[in-house]
Amino acid sequence: MKPVRVIEGRAVPLERSDVDTDQIIPSDWLKRVERTGFGRGLFSEWRDDPGFVLNDQRYVGANILVAGPRFGTGSSREHAVWALMDYGFAAVVAPSFGDIFRTNSSKQGLVIVQLAQDDVDELTRLVTQDSTRLVMIDVEQLKVEVPETGWQRTFVLDPMIRERLLNGWDDIGLTMRREASITAYEGRSTAPTVDGVFDEAGHVIAH
Amino acid sequence: MTVAGQTLFEKIWNSHVVASPEGEPTLLYIDLHLVHEVTSPQAFDGLRLNGRRVRRPDRTLATADHNVPTDPISTPVKDPVSRRQLEALEENCHEFGITVFPRGHENQGIVHIIGPELGVTQPGMTIVCGDSHTSTHGAFGALAFGIGTSEVEHVLATQTLPQQKAKTMAVTLRGKAPAGVSAKDIVLAIVGRLGTGGGAGHVLEYRGEAITDLSMEGRMTVCNMSIEAGARAGLVAVDETTIDYLRGRPGVPEGEAFERLADHWRTMVSDDDAVFDEEIVIEASELVPYVTWGTNPAQVVALDGVVPSPDEYDDPDEKNSTERSLAYMGLTPGETIRSIPVDVVFIGSCTNARIEDLRAAAAVAQNHHVATNVRALVVPGSHRVKRQAEVEGLDEIFLAAGFEWREPGCSMCLGMNPDQLGQGQRCASTSNRNFEGRQGRGGRTHLVSPVVAAATAILGRFASPEDVLA
Repeated sequence: MKPVRVIEGRAVPLERSDVDTDQIIPSDWLKRVERTGFGRGLFSEWRDDPGFVLNDQRYVGANILVAGPRFGTGSSREHAVWALMDYGFAAVVAPSFGDIFRTNSSKQGLVIVQLAQDDVDELTRLVTQDSTRLVMIDVEQLKVEVPETGWQRTFVLDPMIRERLLNGWDDIGLTMRREASITAYEGRSTAPTVDGVFDEAGHVIAH
Repeated sequence: MTVAGQTLFEKIWNSHVVASPEGEPTLLYIDLHLVHEVTSPQAFDGLRLNGRRVRRPDRTLATADHNVPTDPISTPVKDPVSRRQLEALEENCHEFGITVFPRGHENQGIVHIIGPELGVTQPGMTIVCGDSHTSTHGAFGALAFGIGTSEVEHVLATQTLPQQKAKTMAVTLRGKAPAGVSAKDIVLAIVGRLGTGGGAGHVLEYRGEAITDLSMEGRMTVCNMSIEAGARAGLVAVDETTIDYLRGRPGVPEGEAFERLADHWRTMVSDDDAVFDEEIVIEASELVPYVTWGTNPAQVVALDGVVPSPDEYDDPDEKNSTERSLAYMGLTPGETIRSIPVDVVFIGSCTNARIEDLRAAAAVAQNHHVATNVRALVVPGSHRVKRQAEVEGLDEIFLAAGFEWREPGCSMCLGMNPDQLGQGQRCASTSNRNFEGRQGRGGRTHLVSPVVAAATAILGRFASPEDVLA
């Protein structure tokens, strides 16, 4: 993961609630074994509609997505995060998010900015009025602002997620520092395994 | 020794803490990691890139399910992208020493169906899978939740996950559910009540007589849809129903060893004096059969009801989303649900493709025939379910009634394989999500129970089993 400190750019207002991960990236795209190239599938069922906001020339190149409540609910597919990032988004601002989507975002460096509904509405209004307005998200200071208008809000991030974003740390590497604790836990765990249940071909071994 | 005042969630959580470093999330041990073809290839690639191995292949089990065609096994997988993904699962599992059930294998099936039926899902365990419906396994008093691909890689490499402790919510069903109300109706009522975000950050524990009255299959249906209320996981406390289900399954020991294990499992209940962060109470006697009318699973209405109107909502956001949903679904406010015709009926998915679901649907279908112009599919959840159904002659009942009897997989629940809805087609589905385009681009999904699905197939419009007999 690359370190993320400040995101500067323009924002596109989606103005939809309950945008589940099936809508972010339809299942047809999930057959691929690669991690890249999902941007073409982002919101693919909506992009045929010329009126869809991502087709609005004023928002081409925007890197911050502003959405309604419960963004990213549903399926656990991390492909949704890959699609958003591959398309060019670096952050999503919304009043609430699906839990798994939020976690997946933190692993990839997609910044999740949760604001009150009124604040999201206000930001939506500001970038709808003028699509060229610069929006800044500061992960270190935990604030989001539209400098031209003086509008500014703070947001909350899990301290560990913030540290990882700022430093670009690899989660697995961090956990591997706990190798001794994991081994010690395994030494005292009595939880069953699938060892001895199946043979090499996956057939059940008779008791 | 039982520590007083703990919820079931806390008991499982506390017994799986590997480390809880100051200022960092808890590192939680994972007892069982279930893997499938869709959310794993990028994780295995990550391991290879970093020269990492799978820490515990003996705590990992893989199956093909999401994208497998449900055509006869002898037919090759036509879609080259799907085929490549299925091959990748097998190659990765062989490379890393993981037991895998490829397409056509006697133990293959939907990941959340095979874990329980093989007895590898057991009370008190922590179970994860790169699939949000992992909550299904919570029916056994196991803490089970869905994860993304980065987390799949993390569990493969370390057998642990950094986790923030969830809050607890008791979902209490007071009293008995009326006859004709299935587990699916119970969970549709719960999701309707909580909304799609009401369970966020919480682990739900389903309690009360209407829950303990359910079979394990029914409890799995309820826990399965916990995620549709935004919850991380759902739980049901262990009782004799749980233990009886597991006795004799391949993954459990026999005789004395089983009884010792069962004694341990019986402690997998919330203590009487345990305190939940939140509780909701639902009067089970007031429940009825339900149908979803919109594009999220909380948009639920009684089968006896009518399509709602945006005017019923004061909140502008809800009004707006209701309008959008109705437009997508092609419905008019005030239409009676029973008057709405369907094009397709899908009986399947990790929500409702277990043997009991198929028995219930077959009982409705027997001696009747699917309506003209309706395509009705039955997709068993696994090869074990399929074989059992065939022993009982359910396949013959379905085929005689004009249903298709297909090979196991996730199928039309998410339309990754060729089983998809066409543009504008309306489907009564026993699956879990009615999202826009979920079952195929432009498809319109209504979530129902297996018996409502079967009755709807026969009458060609939404119907109850009583309507079929009338």
